Amino acid sequence: MIRLNNVNKSYMMGQNSLHVLKGIDLHIREGELVSIMGSSGSGKSTLLNILGILDNYDSGEYRLNGTMIKDLSETKAANYRNRMIGFVFQSFNLVSFKNAVENVALPLYYKGVSRKKRNTIAMEYLDKMGLRDWAEHMPSEMSGGQKQRIAIARALIANPKIILADEPTGALDSVTSMEVMNILKEVNRQGITVIIVTHEKDISEMTQRVIRLKDGVIEN
Amino acid sequence: MFDLDKWEEIFNSISKNKLRTFLTALSVFWGIFMLIILLGSGNGLENGVKNEFSNDAINTVWVYSGQTSLPHNGMKPGRYIQFTNNDIEEIKRIIPEVDHISTQTNIWTETQVNYKKETGAFEIRASLPGHRYIEKLELQEGRFINESDVMSFRKVAALSKSVKAALFKEEDAIGKFIRINNIPFKVIGTFDDSGGEKGRQQIYLPISTAQKVFNMKTNINNFMMTIGNSTLEESKAIEKKIRAKIAERHNFSVDDQKAVYIHNKIEEYKMFTNIFSGVEIFIWVIGIGTIIAGIVGVSNIMTIIVKERTKEIGIRKALGATPYSVVSLIVQEAIIITSVAGYFGLVAGVGLLELVSKNFPPSQFFSNPSVDIKIAIYATILLVMAGTIAGIFPALKAAQIKPVEALRDE
Repeated sequence: MIRLNNVNKSYMMGQNSLHVLKGIDLHIREGELVSIMGSSGSGKSTLLNILGILDNYDSGEYRLNGTMIKDLSETKAANYRNRMIGFVFQSFNLVSFKNAVENVALPLYYKGVSRKKRNTIAMEYLDKMGLRDWAEHMPSEMSGGQKQRIAIARALIANPKIILADEPTGALDSVTSMEVMNILKEVNRQGITVIIVTHEKDISEMTQRVIRLKDGVIEN
Repeated sequence: MFDLDKWEEIFNSISKNKLRTFLTALSVFWGIFMLIILLGSGNGLENGVKNEFSNDAINTVWVYSGQTSLPHNGMKPGRYIQFTNNDIEEIKRIIPEVDHISTQTNIWTETQVNYKKETGAFEIRASLPGHRYIEKLELQEGRFINESDVMSFRKVAALSKSVKAALFKEEDAIGKFIRINNIPFKVIGTFDDSGGEKGRQQIYLPISTAQKVFNMKTNINNFMMTIGNSTLEESKAIEKKIRAKIAERHNFSVDDQKAVYIHNKIEEYKMFTNIFSGVEIFIWVIGIGTIIAGIVGVSNIMTIIVKERTKEIGIRKALGATPYSVVSLIVQEAIIITSVAGYFGLVAGVGLLELVSKNFPPSQFFSNPSVDIKIAIYATILLVMAGTIAGIFPALKAAQIKPVEALRDE
C-alpha cells in the first residue's frame, strides 16, 4: 500500500537548511495497523505530512497504492487526499461554525455529492459512532472524545484506503483514549490501513508494528 | 448542484460573521451611494442651468445702449447713445448670418390697460415679428405681430397667458379690443412664455405703432438677433462687426466699452458647458475614488477573513479542496458582498434623488436630478468586477495556504 524509497526532506529555517528526513525506506502493507514513534524533532510529523500528501519531499520516491506521488499539482494532490486518505488530528480540527453532521459530510462535498445525500450518509456514520443525537450540535458543545469520534467519522466517510492519525489521543484522558483506540482497531479490522503517529508507549503497544523514528532515520 | 452548495457555504460563513460582513458591505454601499448622489446632483445642476438657457434661443446676441466713457472726435464722455430703427436696418444689411432681429423696447410711461371693467398695469414691450423666435414664445391662440402690422402701424397686441387671464377671465380674447391708456388695441394672439419669467405679464405691440402712439420718434432702446448656427468664433466676429458699425453710426470710440453693451449668449452658454464638463469630470473622479476606497475596504476585510479562516481552509484542503475551490469560495463571497451592498447603494441613491426631485420644485439652479439608466447598469457591472478584484488577491493567498502549516497550531 505504502512504499517510501530513500525519501529526503529539508526545511529552510531562515538562512539554514534543516535536514529533517534522511533517506527514509518504508513499506506498509494493506490492512496493517502500524504506529510511528519518535520524540519531538525526530521528523515524525514531517513523515506524516508527506504520507498524507500535505507536503512535498525533496528526493526519493513515495508510492501510494501503486501511484507515484511526486511533485503533484495542488489540484491533483487534493483529489488523491479526498479519495484515498482520511485524517485524524490531535486537535480534532473540526470546522467551528458547522454542526456535527455538516462536519462529517464535508469530504463528500468535495467529492461532488448532493447535500441531501451526503447528510444522510453522514448520519449513518454518526450513528456508528453512537453520536446520532448530537448531529445538530456544534463542536464547541461537545467533549474531546465526542469531537474525536466525529473526526474519525469524517475521516471514514469517503471510504479512504488509509487512515492517518496524528496523536489522536493526545488531547484525551485515558478512558476516552481507550475508546478512540478501540474504534481505530475496529476500523482496521474492516480492512483499512491505519497509521498512528504517537509518542505514547501504551498507544503504540496496541498496534501490530512499531516504526521508530530517530533524528530523521528509521531505527531497526 | 455544486453552485447551490457553494452558496450555502458562503451564506453560512456570512451569517456566522455578521458584523464583519456588514462593515465590509457598508464601505461599498457608501461608495456607490455617494457616486449616484454626486452624479445625480451634478445632473440636477446642469439641467437647472440648461433649462434657464432653453427659455431663450441660445444663438443670440443682445445689444444695449449705454453712455460714452471715452472722448471721441472732440466730444466729451458722458453722452447717452440712442438707437433708432435705422440701426436695425444697417445691422441686418451688413450681417448676413442674422436670422431674426428685433427690439424689446419697454414702454416706461405710466400705462393703464383696460378691458371692460377689468384693469391692470402690465409690462408693455414694443418689438418686431422676429421677437417670437428670439424669446421662444409659444403661441397659444391667434398669431403674433407680423411685418404687415409693423408697416401699417396697426394697433394690435399680443398678450401673455396671464394677462389674458387677468383681463378676459374665461372669455375669448382674440379679436376683442383692449385699451392701453384709453387707446384701443385689437388682441391678435396669446402666448405662453414658459421659463424663468413665469407669471410675468407681458403685452407685445408693434414697435412702429408704439413709437407713434407714445411719441418715441424712431427710438429703440436695444436690439437683439439670432445668428443661426454660428460657432463661438463666428459669433465673436459678429460682435466685433456690430460694435464697429454702431460706433461708426453713433460717433464713439470702438474701444469704448460703456457706450454699448453686447451680450453674446453663446459665449455664456459655452462657459457653462465648459464648467459643467469640468464638474462632471470632478464628480466622476471623486466617485471612482470613493468606489476604489470601497474595493480596498472589501479586499482588506477579505484578507482578514482569509487569515481568520486559515485553519478552516487548511482543513478543507486536507479533506480534498482544490485550490480552485478555495479561491472561488473566497472570490464568490467577495462578489456577493460587493454586489448586494452596491445594489442597495444604487437603490438608496436613486431613491433619494427621486425623493428630492419630488419634494423640491425645480429651480433655476437645480432641476430633475436623475441618473441615466445606462449609468446605473454600468455601475452594477463595475460592482461585480470590483467584487471579483477585491476577492482575488486574498483568495490567491488563501489558495497557497499549506495545510501543513494551517493545521500546525498545536
